[in-house]
Amino acid sequence: MEHSFSLGWIDYSIIIIYFAFVLGIGWALKKFMKSSKAFLEAGRSLPAWVTGLAFISANLGALEVIGMAASGAKYGATTVHFYWLGAIPAMIFLAIFMMPFYYGSKARSVPEYLKLRFDEKTRGFNAFSFALMTVFSSGISMYALALLAQTILPFQFELNMLGWHMTPFDVYLIISALVVLIYTYLGGLSSAIYNEVLQFFLIVIGFTPLVILALIHIGGWEGLKTQLDVVATSNGFQPGAWTHTWKFMGHASTNPMGVEWFGLIMGLGFVLSFGYWGTNFLVVQRAMAAGNMTAARKTPLIGAIPKMFIPFLVILPGMIAIALTMDPGSGFSLPLKGDSYNYDTVIPMMLKTYYPIGVLGLGITALFASFMSGMAGNVTAFNTVWTYDIYQSYIYSKGSDEHYLKVGQWTTVVGILLSILTAYVARVFNNVMDFLQLIFAFINAPLFATFLLGMFWKRTTGHAAFYGLLSGTGVAAIHHGLTQPAGATSLVKGGWLGTVLHTYPSEMAQNFWTAIFAFSLALILTIIITLLTEQKKTEQELKGLVYSLTPRITNKDIPFVRRPEFMAIAVGAIAIILTIIFW
Amino acid sequence: MGLDIKIPIGLIFSILGIMLFIFGLATGSDPMYHKSLNININLWTGAFMLIFGLFMLTLSALGKKKEKKAKKTTEE
Repeated sequence: MEHSFSLGWIDYSIIIIYFAFVLGIGWALKKFMKSSKAFLEAGRSLPAWVTGLAFISANLGALEVIGMAASGAKYGATTVHFYWLGAIPAMIFLAIFMMPFYYGSKARSVPEYLKLRFDEKTRGFNAFSFALMTVFSSGISMYALALLAQTILPFQFELNMLGWHMTPFDVYLIISALVVLIYTYLGGLSSAIYNEVLQFFLIVIGFTPLVILALIHIGGWEGLKTQLDVVATSNGFQPGAWTHTWKFMGHASTNPMGVEWFGLIMGLGFVLSFGYWGTNFLVVQRAMAAGNMTAARKTPLIGAIPKMFIPFLVILPGMIAIALTMDPGSGFSLPLKGDSYNYDTVIPMMLKTYYPIGVLGLGITALFASFMSGMAGNVTAFNTVWTYDIYQSYIYSKGSDEHYLKVGQWTTVVGILLSILTAYVARVFNNVMDFLQLIFAFINAPLFATFLLGMFWKRTTGHAAFYGLLSGTGVAAIHHGLTQPAGATSLVKGGWLGTVLHTYPSEMAQNFWTAIFAFSLALILTIIITLLTEQKKTEQELKGLVYSLTPRITNKDIPFVRRPEFMAIAVGAIAIILTIIFW
Repeated sequence: MGLDIKIPIGLIFSILGIMLFIFGLATGSDPMYHKSLNININLWTGAFMLIFGLFMLTLSALGKKKEKKAKKTTEE
């Protein structure tokens, strides 16, 4: 196979030792899994630094590592908007304003918060759509892992087991599924979280040498800038378009991302970002596993610190890769795909170029680790939502805690099996992956409107929340059906409702504006329906769930510099400074 | 939750660090380091990992000591 790596015994040893530790952590936690709370909520007892790193790590799946490197090549420095604009502000908001309601209420999950605040149907809508999303996300991670392993590992074999003709792809998939199954079955959410922390350090330590080597090779930041000016001009942009983050955002045609500043700030910076970080149980669950309210509020902030610097680890390799590709004398070139480059190959190719065996094994292990923790994170989130919000709510609510613990454990098995199924579906129907991720984007778009109104306006009613959410999702779909990005060739990209009312300069622009329209409609509709319907909950019931009915947290006993508020200010300041430096 | 995660993390990085460090020493003159700009990247990475691993284990041991001391003072 042309792309496969030549690996030595040291590389294989590193991978095996990693697997041994991952399973060992699960095994060590087994004896603490005595209640459903221990299994599904990590006993709500973890220290802030652990939940903070897990918070980021659950999100830093290999798809993000590979995807952001690809985007770094394709869009240059503007990719950083997914971090400094598209994550930090939302994480600060979640930490300071939303966590008190998630952690302070008796909710054990995000859907359960919706039940307590609104009603059963709102919870149901969120629980079912989230459950579906996490199973598919897990399956997609699994598929991507097996695919990558098949490409870079040099083994060629065919097995016949129990009548099943297995190729390397199948073997890698089954092995990774089995490992994740074992450690999440044994140790539940705690196991997933601890392994996410391990994965975080592996990624940092595994990829930092790569960035350092590549940066030295290209002549440092100045050398990179010079090369990227060539990339920019040869693509029809001003020099600097690949190395500035805000300078060329005035108009969609002057930056490689194809978005203008308003769509970027409102669509990505506000709606999509707050909608994801504020409501996605995959990440919120990690904060809810903290030992106390202050730790829970600090979790997103602690996570925000490495989050701000991860661009240097994942985006920079992409930028360097495209700079090298455009330099005919460098000897490095990204493979072609159609009439542009196969950007997804950035990370494997960079690893192959700069890493001798030894660190190569480390880099591969870091990649596999992040795929697996993506799988485990999704499975554990699925588990909690299934057990509490679907099984306990709609199927059998009178069980003992041991019963729900068992349900949680069995759901782990079922969750993994379903993920395997979706991994094979993704393999056969490649477009299904795109299609499903589109559907999930529709569902995410209006979510923040519901939570915003729910947490900060006590008058918001259950009917309003549910119908606002539903119509917001519908509007997202309709908007997508009536618009297309420039140069679209298939209906998965839009315009499937027959007429194209507007053509956006790029897919990103279309995504951001879909989100803006969906959020706005959901907001307006939720407000209108609220005014037309009765509030069914009493103020007593809403205490701890809404801003105006919850006592303000003062943290008088903690010195100011150790309060979440101070941390939030510090994080915000650093993000602003970074933005100014790389504007 | 009962398990101090600093211990497994400290252990794995110490072990992998020592492995890479020794491997780096053993392969010092190998031409494969042309790739990494003639830097013995295994040696450096291994050293750094070992330091990080030992740092984690130290933090864990110090934390246990603090806990023991706090327990003792509440018992007195």
